[in-house]
Amino acid sequence: MADNGERLRRTMMFVPGNNPAMVKDAGIYGADSIMFDLEDAVSMAEKDAARDLVYEALQTQDYGNAELVVRVNGSDTPYYANDVKAMVKAGVDVIRLPKTEDAGMIEDLEKDVLAAEKQFGREEGSTHLMAAIESAKGVLNAPEIAAASDRMIGIALSAEDYTTDMKTHRYPDGAELEFARNMVLHAARAAGIAAFDTVFTNMDDPEGFYRETRYIHQLGFDGKSLVNPRQIAMVNKVYEPTEKEIENAKNVINAIEEARRKGSGVISMNGQMVDRPVVMRAQRVMKLAKASNLLDEEGNYIEK
Amino acid sequence: MKNSVNRELPDDLMKKLNYKDFETTDIGHPDIQRVAPKVHVTTGNDKVVDSIEDVVKKTVKDGMTISFHHHFRNGDFVFNKVMRIIIDLGIKDLTLAPSSLTGVMNDMVIEAIKKGTITNITSSGMRGSLGDFVSHGGLKNPVIFRSHGNRARAIEHGDIKIDVAFLGVPNADKLGNANGMQGDAVFGSLGYALMDAQYADRVVLLTDNIMPYPNTPASIKQTQVDYVVKVDKVGDPDKIGSGATRFTKDPKELKIASTVNDVIVNSPYFKDGFSFQTGSGGAALAVTRYLRQAMIDNKIKASFALGGITKPTTDLLDEGLVSRVMDVQDFDKGAAESMHTNPNQQEIDASWYADPDNKGAMVDQLDVVILSALEIDTGFNVNVMTGSDGVIRGAVGGHQDAATAKLTIISAPLVRGRIATVVPKVTTNVTPGDSVDVLVTEYGIAINPRRKDLQEAFANLPGVPVYTIEELQKMAEAKVGKPKPLEFTDRTVALVEYRDGSIIDAIHEVKD
Repeated sequence: MADNGERLRRTMMFVPGNNPAMVKDAGIYGADSIMFDLEDAVSMAEKDAARDLVYEALQTQDYGNAELVVRVNGSDTPYYANDVKAMVKAGVDVIRLPKTEDAGMIEDLEKDVLAAEKQFGREEGSTHLMAAIESAKGVLNAPEIAAASDRMIGIALSAEDYTTDMKTHRYPDGAELEFARNMVLHAARAAGIAAFDTVFTNMDDPEGFYRETRYIHQLGFDGKSLVNPRQIAMVNKVYEPTEKEIENAKNVINAIEEARRKGSGVISMNGQMVDRPVVMRAQRVMKLAKASNLLDEEGNYIEK
Repeated sequence: MKNSVNRELPDDLMKKLNYKDFETTDIGHPDIQRVAPKVHVTTGNDKVVDSIEDVVKKTVKDGMTISFHHHFRNGDFVFNKVMRIIIDLGIKDLTLAPSSLTGVMNDMVIEAIKKGTITNITSSGMRGSLGDFVSHGGLKNPVIFRSHGNRARAIEHGDIKIDVAFLGVPNADKLGNANGMQGDAVFGSLGYALMDAQYADRVVLLTDNIMPYPNTPASIKQTQVDYVVKVDKVGDPDKIGSGATRFTKDPKELKIASTVNDVIVNSPYFKDGFSFQTGSGGAALAVTRYLRQAMIDNKIKASFALGGITKPTTDLLDEGLVSRVMDVQDFDKGAAESMHTNPNQQEIDASWYADPDNKGAMVDQLDVVILSALEIDTGFNVNVMTGSDGVIRGAVGGHQDAATAKLTIISAPLVRGRIATVVPKVTTNVTPGDSVDVLVTEYGIAINPRRKDLQEAFANLPGVPVYTIEELQKMAEAKVGKPKPLEFTDRTVALVEYRDGSIIDAIHEVKD
């Protein structure tokens, strides 16, 4: 697993790699991750142009703290090799492999990435990987895929191809995705990497979007892939911790500080021992609270 | 010679036209002498005529100043009807002094210039082929650009002396009582035309809708009108309003609009009884929608909304979130219809709206205004007049006037396509940086260093990064590079007045 600490990945915004205006503006919406697409969003005639554009953008544009991801074309296409080389050379954070079916595909990608890192003088291991799961086979192999490389930072479910493969389509209640979602999520958690839920494309159904986002938040997904910047604020809203959660998390953090000052190995709060999962959850809540602009400079909850 | 905002002005022209250069945005308290029009006394029994030509022959002579309004925008039929006749009659050397010029008038103006019918123009702005024509030296004398408030001032001073005003209206009775609210081609407020009706020596109304006498409410009154000409159609209702009250879906515009809203809501002016002006365009409409929610959430109501009005603003009036709409023009049919039905939507003339030489204009009472920019420079000076090619393609509008608000926000993208909006020095300085307080872009905001209070108020706004304007300018340059400087000849094709009548900048002929 790549060492990413507890990086927030609530929102992974898709940006068509052949659209200069959108590539240029991708940084302004506050997405946790920006995914430049060289694959499905780009027609065959524009594959080279899109690769050039994203390559240049990665060198010249300031995307702030966002994690930069590129979805390359599949390894069975003639664009794959150049996509991987160009993106490694550009120093992208993460390469996303589409239609991942088994661990072998990730192992191959890792070799190609390593070769490119050597060729272009990039630090070895600096390019992370993630896999998109888009088929029944991919879902069943998700645990092996998630654990296939130390460079892996996450796996994502892509529901459009998956539901086609399953001889169904998407329904408002998402029952057709239940198994895949849980499988991908468990594979990610078992491997200690991030899990991304699929896109929701109907921009005219904000209620449906909120319903689905609340559901995957409850399941435990890190976040969601997004097709429109307007969805970012909506996801962040769902992932916002409550005032009570924040107060509780602060107490835990204070208890940790207290224990450190005392040189005590045991953290206790209200006379009870605080164990590791509680600490981790508290740290994540504070990180989310900060990212949601819910804390002032002194770390106090801002009344809205 | 350079003026106080460091713009090089043409000495010879300044002298010849007896102009002062711009010094300060502070109007002070001068004593002003207004002019009055000549009155051709009548009992009013013979005002209605069928022939524009007869009226033109009776009223328009070589060398005169004629005026029109632009309330019909691109649905205007009146301007071209009248100008066709004036050109064909061979009248020469006219000064054209409309409230503004819209695209549908361009071809006719160019023809009139080429034939010597029009030799001088003063306007709020011009766009398209006419802007191009003037910027390439098509008109010998410089165009004088004036804001809406400044046009009112200039008319009251006699700087613009209108001999004949041709004013299209969607209704009028036989004596000339008229308004903009009833008929096929309604546009709502007659705000700009009211100046012409009050100060022109001859006032000619053109209408396709003669109403029973007396026609009320009367925005233009029979006491002001010389002729009422019946025409078949004054305008195309579909092209009068932008019709664009649709909420923008452009995520970048929405991002800018929501940041503008954050700035307003966190400013010291957002309190019960505040006032605002938002203007038109997708982002402005979005701001109005965000502001509506913020007003509901914070239980705050506005005392008035000002300026050019759109339906989202009149919706606030209906909801009781705004007490009065002070309306100088309406940008869409919804707003125009609302003026007819809602007594709290007050028609105001350009003088009441924005005239600096006044006993108190509405803009002086304005708390918050959101304005646009083609360019804004590191001194917060704003250009809404010339494009990135140096060619005239805009209008002063109410920009300089409304910028006197207590909180003037410029809302603009950092770059448009491959062109920077935030630049080291604007091509044309229309609104001086002294009257601008905050720039809002999609990347963050910049606050005029003059406004220490706002620097403090906005220092820690969550999700609203504060930059210096120099930082934003560098950011824009890093994205799109440094353009080759524009090339101009020495010839002045237009002068831009500040709202007090001094010259803030000169526009030169572009070199191709």
